[in-house]
Amino acid sequence: MLELIAIRKAFNQGKPNEFWALDGIDLEIPQKGVTVLRGPSGSGKTTLLTILGCLARPTEGRVRLHGELISGLPERFLTEIRRKTFGFVFQQFNLIRGLSAIENIILPSYPTGERRSVLLERGEALLEKLRLSHRRDNAVEWLSGGEQQRVAICRALINSPQILIADEPTANLDTRLAREFLTILKLLADEGRTVVMTSHDPVVADSEVVDRVISLRDGRIVPDLAQVFAQAFG
Amino acid sequence: MNDWIERQRHLLDFTLTSLARRKTKNIGLLVVFALLVFVLASVSLYTQALRSEAVRVLEQSPEIVVQRLVAGRHDLIPPDYLEGIGRLRGVRSIETRLWGYYYDPVLKANYTLMVPRTRTIEQGEIVVGPALEHTRGLGTNTGISLRAYSGELHTFLVTDVLPHETELMSADLVLMNEGDFRRFFNFPDGHYTDIVLSVANPREVRNIGLKLMEMLPDARPILREEVLRTYNSIYAWREGLLLALLSASILAFGILAWEKSTGLSADERREIGILKAIGWETGDVIRMKFWEGFVIAFSAFLFGYVLAYVHVFYLRFFLFEPVLKGWAVLYPRFALTPQIDAMQLITLFIFTVVPYVAAVLVPIWRAATTDPDTVMRS
Amino acid sequence: MFFQPTIIALLLVAMLNAAMLAVASPYAWQLIRQWDIGSGSDRQLRLERLTYFFSTLLVFVCLLQIASTLLFVFNADHMHTMFVGAMCAIGTLNVNQWGFPALYLQLALFFMAALWLALNALDNRARDYPLVRVKYGALLVLAPVAFASLVVQLLYFGNLEADVITSCCGSMFSEESESVAATLAAIEPGPAMVLFYSVLLPTIFVSAWHWRSTGFSRLRAGAVGLASALAFLVSIAAVVAFVSLYIYEHPNHHCPFCILQPEFGYQGYLIYIPLFAAAAFGMASGLLAPFNRFSSLATLAPTASRRLAGQAAVGYALVVAVCTLMVLKSNLILLD
Ligand SMILES: Nc1ncnc2c1ncn2[C@@H]1O[C@H](COP(=O)(O)OP(=O)(O)OP(=O)(O)O)[C@@H](O)[C@H]1O
Ligand SMILES: [Mg+2]
Repeated sequence: MLELIAIRKAFNQGKPNEFWALDGIDLEIPQKGVTVLRGPSGSGKTTLLTILGCLARPTEGRVRLHGELISGLPERFLTEIRRKTFGFVFQQFNLIRGLSAIENIILPSYPTGERRSVLLERGEALLEKLRLSHRRDNAVEWLSGGEQQRVAICRALINSPQILIADEPTANLDTRLAREFLTILKLLADEGRTVVMTSHDPVVADSEVVDRVISLRDGRIVPDLAQVFAQAFG
Repeated sequence: MNDWIERQRHLLDFTLTSLARRKTKNIGLLVVFALLVFVLASVSLYTQALRSEAVRVLEQSPEIVVQRLVAGRHDLIPPDYLEGIGRLRGVRSIETRLWGYYYDPVLKANYTLMVPRTRTIEQGEIVVGPALEHTRGLGTNTGISLRAYSGELHTFLVTDVLPHETELMSADLVLMNEGDFRRFFNFPDGHYTDIVLSVANPREVRNIGLKLMEMLPDARPILREEVLRTYNSIYAWREGLLLALLSASILAFGILAWEKSTGLSADERREIGILKAIGWETGDVIRMKFWEGFVIAFSAFLFGYVLAYVHVFYLRFFLFEPVLKGWAVLYPRFALTPQIDAMQLITLFIFTVVPYVAAVLVPIWRAATTDPDTVMRS
Repeated sequence: MFFQPTIIALLLVAMLNAAMLAVASPYAWQLIRQWDIGSGSDRQLRLERLTYFFSTLLVFVCLLQIASTLLFVFNADHMHTMFVGAMCAIGTLNVNQWGFPALYLQLALFFMAALWLALNALDNRARDYPLVRVKYGALLVLAPVAFASLVVQLLYFGNLEADVITSCCGSMFSEESESVAATLAAIEPGPAMVLFYSVLLPTIFVSAWHWRSTGFSRLRAGAVGLASALAFLVSIAAVVAFVSLYIYEHPNHHCPFCILQPEFGYQGYLIYIPLFAAAAFGMASGLLAPFNRFSSLATLAPTASRRLAGQAAVGYALVVAVCTLMVLKSNLILLD
């Protein structure tokens, strides 16, 4: 469904400190399932996520969503696609301080121009689903780490996106909370959503929720050992 | 269309909470901005009110005043002077006037002594302007002694005080009987100070002025429209100069410096990054920032303008009065007629809000175009 | 005569417009030369960000022009007392030969900015931004106009000295004068009315037709554009030739500005707001139509053109309605 073809991404292009963070990525993310990106620090996982999630445009290469070429689109249209198709959960949660949980949650829908009452209803349903209704009007900076993350997940889901993108979602959580996160992930995967995330956490990579693990090194995909063997001897 | 309105409502909503979250910074900006509007609006409202007050009074005065010049100086009108004028076409009425200045050593101020055309005053009685009422404590049925230039002392009884509305012109006025006037100044019989002509058709005024100069080469006709014109340009010039100086200096050092030095905090940048990452478009962020600027500018403008209005029309301009006035000791304490004028509003708006918007245009654009992927790297 | 607050404000706006557009022009040139929509390079990303700056800037210029044009007319009206013989705004504008050109340039800049925004709005809906070069080429024209507007205003206000004998409404519109304004006033109210209705009604008709029709014809859209421009001029002529007479209830008072004053109940705004809006919409409608030859605009351009034509039709219908109403309710009798 989401297809990357020969993706390269440069930073500081044309300058002496030019750096190719991604260097020829071919990848297809299927409609269903949870995909985890793995690899050493600096290998380009986050950069790849930004391109998958239409947060950034590749310097070279093509991205297709449902067969439609979207890599060359101007930001205006990319944003529209991002808003409709992707939900994001960040490592730092990135909630807006001073706003209540519910206000944070409905924020991504403001540009759609839907009525506020409709948005609130949807946000409350999501809070209910993640058992957070009692925190509806609390300012987010006073919530615990786990609660903040659940608010962030609600926010990611407010526009009912097909694909959920998460960068190191468990890095700020202890093991118990990480397992709780995986339960939520399972819930979402069972609803038929696509999840792509990066993680260092063995708890995540080894979980049975995860369908695929992709390893990166120096901006390239490292072939799966099992696959290599199969090709060499099969 | 509905979507559009709803979207603007969301943006405005967000803006208001965002302003509230950064109270100190925004209140500071609001106060500086409102203060600037207050100062400019005060000056502008005040000069405009003065000018229209003067115009209002002048409009009741005669179309042409004729003075006689001798050796380039204003001289008395001799008795036979009038005869030629009577035959001019278009002149509705001709009247002679008697008036003069009197220096009062007690107050160290000048009064205008005058024989009124429209009311009769008995011998030994006077009618005074409101300024004299305040400064010399005169009221109806009080007496006053004035020492004439000849050295004689004349005593008068005040029988009335002039109404306050026209204070700008009549404040220092003293009205008296013709006989008293001639005695007080030793004014020769049959002579007058000047002549006033009223003209039926305003378009004729200029022609009549020209004819007068032909017939009486030593006469100087003063047209009302010329006086008005002079008034207008003097007041406008003063106001313009003041506004230009004030706005140039205050604006440059006030708002611009302020906005530049604070700029957008790291916190705000991060917030914009988050908004963009979760699906706000650059245009949405610019519109949100526009609303923010609008709310600040509009409330500062309204606040400053209302304050200035109260200051000028209800508190008698007390803060800046010493700077702008002081033309005469007997300066009137008249209440200005409140008025609001579209042209003046737009002018003030351009002096205050437009430079502000121009100054924040680039910073807003810069902030709004931060890359959405920056939030992934904090 | 520069030290009048309003004149300073006007010059401030003109300088700001000229300066902003002048500073922006090199960037527009860069956009024209280096734009490459397919590229993901840093440079292209930077250029794309720049486009947001230009749309914001032009909205600002457009709003400034509205305020400044209004102020220019107010100021002219206000200052007439300073000039011998000037009875209203017309007299002030006629003090020297730069008054009317300054007004025309103000209007030109407003319409150009408005049309640019229409073009921009259309382009922003197509995923490949096909009009980028057209747009920024057009933008390069705006800067000289803004600059000319500044210079002419400087000339006008610089050569404005109180007491110069000027013509007033009465003499300006007297039959022997040769200026354009006099020719307009010289049109008898009767023929002027015929002209007004015979241009405005077809304009409304063709705009409404274009708006409502299912098929799309570039020719018809072009007709809407031209008719709107013509209807604008004819409407102004009509205001001078007869509408003003009915508003003032005076057979010789032709001034198109005094109707904006409180003495006449601000009735002018009822005419001018729909008139300017309709002219801008109608001209934009014609301007956008030919761009349907770009594949990404094949449906967008006609849709936008039709919608604008609809707005123009409504605007001109309002103009006709308001003018007719003013003539009908007036106590002045010019024609039987
Ligand atoms: N804006 C930027 N400018 C220059 N270099 C950058 C920029 N963003 C990322 N990089 C570089 O690109 C490389 C890949 O970064 P990326 O964040 O994708 O790594 P990562 O795999 O997510 O690492 P980690 O596990 O530490 O999060 C790094 O070497 C980083 O320094
Ligand atoms: Mg990372």
